[in-house]
Amino acid sequence: MKVKNILINGIFKENPIFRLVLGMCPTLAVTTAAVNGLAMGMAVIFVLSASNLVISLLRNFIPDKIRIPAFVVIIASFVTIAGMLMEAFVPALYDALGLFIPLIVVNCIILGRAEAFASKNKPFDSLFDGIGMGIGFTLALTILGIIREIIGAGTIFGYPIMGQSFEPAIIMIMPPGAFITLGLILALVNKLDSGKFKHGEET
Amino acid sequence: MEYFGKIFIILLSSILVNNFIMSRFLGICPFLGVSKRVSTAIGMGAAVTFVMALASVITYLAYYFILEPLEMQYMQTLAFILIIATLVQFVEMVIQKISPSLYQALGVYLPLITTNCAVLGVAILNIEEGYDLFQTLVNGIGGALGFTLAIVLFAGIRERLELSDIPEPFKGFPIAMITAGLMSVAFLGFQGLIK
Repeated sequence: MKVKNILINGIFKENPIFRLVLGMCPTLAVTTAAVNGLAMGMAVIFVLSASNLVISLLRNFIPDKIRIPAFVVIIASFVTIAGMLMEAFVPALYDALGLFIPLIVVNCIILGRAEAFASKNKPFDSLFDGIGMGIGFTLALTILGIIREIIGAGTIFGYPIMGQSFEPAIIMIMPPGAFITLGLILALVNKLDSGKFKHGEET
Repeated sequence: MEYFGKIFIILLSSILVNNFIMSRFLGICPFLGVSKRVSTAIGMGAAVTFVMALASVITYLAYYFILEPLEMQYMQTLAFILIIATLVQFVEMVIQKISPSLYQALGVYLPLITTNCAVLGVAILNIEEGYDLFQTLVNGIGGALGFTLAIVLFAGIRERLELSDIPEPFKGFPIAMITAGLMSVAFLGFQGLIK
């Protein structure tokens, strides 16, 4: 199967945001601009694939009873690494994401995949599960970020596209806009799901 | 006097103006997951309040008395999450002993307080803002009260939502999100309280 299926599973069939509805906090908080969503996604891809790989390698050595603390320590180490790298190389993004970099530790997706996939599968598969899920997450965040940025600021990745007379709807880049945009996207996914695209790959 | 004024502002800010759910987006998972009934929402709120107050104080002490003297601030995330995980386990055991019915009701969400970003979030925010011990405690309790307020109000709305005729694609999470969005608009109104 497998690599391709595992990847597609993470990106479409079990997209963490649109289908599993996991990891909502960073999704809602950082998507005020497309570039923030993309950066957050990249950080999550790194942490998720690295922690999946390591947890999978150690899965036969970690005693069942203390597996959750063990997973959390592994994940927290990679989050610290990701945070330090971002601070050193892309300080502007590091400032923009702020609190939500250390909070990747408590992102349900990462612990969820560790528990549901990496602790039961081979290292190679786990790595790709991490990458697939990470890409799915990134895709969702970027889409959300693009929509909010276009309506809320009239720009896309920082470039103005809406022309001079466009009056940005600030509410979209404020907290309510996050909830409402995500609600509408989830409804759209449900709608497409129930129709003829039963197993289609809409996003 | 000035000090108490500051305390009051921290409290007001963490409950209403910078509400953890509605404006900081911390703790959305339990907010969506445990908000189907008002009674479980109140239980969850109580558990979170207890854990957050305790976690704020203990992480504060750990940071200033262990990490800082050793110059290991970069271990902050790792240390905090371990402290919180242990605390949650402890609270879980206490609740199981004291109130088995509450334990039943909260079910899987109690261990999930560990992955409630509000708890880790408040610990990190306290350090970032440079609060002293008392301010840390106030911020922790205030944040948790704000969380409880939002989740209980939301649960009240969701109980009514169940009886309404919602278009098929909007059932479940989408309508919950939009409801939360409208609540968030209302919470924006508090923004003017503090300059």
